[in-house]
Amino acid sequence: MNKLIVSLFAIAALLAGCGNNPPADQGPAAPVESRGADSGTGVAKVTVDNVDSSGLPRELTDPKSILSKRSIYFDLDKYDIKDEYKDLVAAHAKFLNANRGFKVLLQGNTDERGSREYNLSLGQKRADAVKKSLILLGVKEDQVESVSLGKEKPSCTESTEDCWSKNRRADILYKGPSGKGEF
Amino acid sequence: MSAISRRLFLGFALLLAGAASAQLSIEITGAGANRIPVAIADFAGDAGLARALTSVIRGDLERSGLFRLVDTSGAALNESSAIDFVDWKDRGADAIAAGSLGTAPDGRLEARFRLHDVNKQVTLGGAAYVTSTAQLRAAGHRIADAIYEKLTGEKGIFSTRIAYVVKSAGRYELQIADADGQNAQPALVSKEPIISPTWSPDGSRVAYVSFENKKPIIFVHSLATGKRQVVANFKGSNSAPAWSPDGSRLAIVLTKDGNSQIYTVAADGSGVQRLTTSPAIDTEPRWAADGSALYFTSDRGGSPQIYRASADGSGAQRVTFDGSYNVSPRPAPDGKTLAYITRREGRFQLAVMDVASRQVQVLTDSHKDESPSFAPNGRMILIATEMGGRGVLSAVSSDGRIKQRLSISAGDVREPAWGPFLR
Repeated sequence: MNKLIVSLFAIAALLAGCGNNPPADQGPAAPVESRGADSGTGVAKVTVDNVDSSGLPRELTDPKSILSKRSIYFDLDKYDIKDEYKDLVAAHAKFLNANRGFKVLLQGNTDERGSREYNLSLGQKRADAVKKSLILLGVKEDQVESVSLGKEKPSCTESTEDCWSKNRRADILYKGPSGKGEF
Repeated sequence: MSAISRRLFLGFALLLAGAASAQLSIEITGAGANRIPVAIADFAGDAGLARALTSVIRGDLERSGLFRLVDTSGAALNESSAIDFVDWKDRGADAIAAGSLGTAPDGRLEARFRLHDVNKQVTLGGAAYVTSTAQLRAAGHRIADAIYEKLTGEKGIFSTRIAYVVKSAGRYELQIADADGQNAQPALVSKEPIISPTWSPDGSRVAYVSFENKKPIIFVHSLATGKRQVVANFKGSNSAPAWSPDGSRLAIVLTKDGNSQIYTVAADGSGVQRLTTSPAIDTEPRWAADGSALYFTSDRGGSPQIYRASADGSGAQRVTFDGSYNVSPRPAPDGKTLAYITRREGRFQLAVMDVASRQVQVLTDSHKDESPSFAPNGRMILIATEMGGRGVLSAVSSDGRIKQRLSISAGDVREPAWGPFLR
């Protein structure tokens, strides 16, 4: 039996090595504790400049800034921006008006029910609603692109109304004048 | 067994399952009412190869749901054997096929067979196919197609291929497999979703929508070379490709001018023309096989319904009226029926409509059916559905009687597209 276990061990380890980046915690036969290359050094990373890792200014990503809020949620079968999100959209419009070199990609999303392609068109309506508001508030057409991810990129994957309401959403992604950013 | 060795065992089994996960497995969950009893004698020749060939032929015919395999034990036959028709009638066979795996004059492997009508006591025909060990399954599918066509009068689909998308832990694969789920090969691997694959009429290319650039873009992908061409990457969303019957153009959905509307574009991405002009969503275009009409989904009447227009998009007429959600139209190859997805009491199910009489039949009792795709002979419809919380494919005969389930051990299978007849 010991011999059998050892040979299974060897084969399993060999197969695991062939896989595409198997997560370390799932390696069924990993003989030693596996660690990421940069973990366990005990040094906290502090960044002092006002640009984050995506190359965007801090005011777009700092959790304390309203501009770090990038999601607008919609009711079932609704494609208009609810009153509670008007200040958020206005804040993004203000930033884009003051920073003409910045662009946004608006991604519309839907819940999981129904045809993938029809949902793609419904998600487009949500992204378009945000785009229309931004344009009305003075943002230039060439700063904005509205697209849809349909039901393909749910942020929540259970078949419950609570989950579905999180997926009826439009997200705002930024790109700076240097071309660096989130899309 | 100690806990550690049990864990190892489990781990090993999981790894094996992972290694085998590219293969679809097919389970028959319903069969036709009047199945033709057919005997497929063990092919003569090299024992191992001949057994493999025989089992491909038998598997194809049995899975079709149209045949019942008659026991052939004790029979040692090949394509030139005289057939004892009385004996085979006693065994309950209406037809018998016998053959062998031999060597062609040029030295290559050759699969030969002959098919006989037991009741009429005549030979229905036969053929020989040059093959190889690697191509043995293909030869089996060819023979099964020939037997199927002789006995049913319609072309077989055993030599066709299917495309589908497998989603597993942050990874999407567009796979191409034989119609029996074997021989699956990835054509595209991506971290982002891939949807709406659709075969060019000649079977050499697949058009699809990829989200690899954070938005939907349409590609045409040549399967043999892996060469990919961007066909539509306009501002906004680019989706829902459908080939014209002659393979020269694609109907596509763009939002570059506002709401989702149907356009056409040449297969090389040139010459975009707008087809529909409505203030609503127009999507999921599909040309009828003869090119005479264009079906699509639109919510211009307040709810998503299927419309039929001229091939140029003009003169749209509403086709579906039952219920408030009818989408994903797929005209059958003969144009007589239309498959689509209908929502009934919150369940999304496959339905077919007789185009002339407008009679509708719901074919499934599942609740998350999506993306129907006709086999090129119109006999079966492949759909994506959900079983036990996992995406699986299901093939349903267009009369609803025969049902097969195709699942994959590790991951969700979705977005099926049945390829054309092999040329």
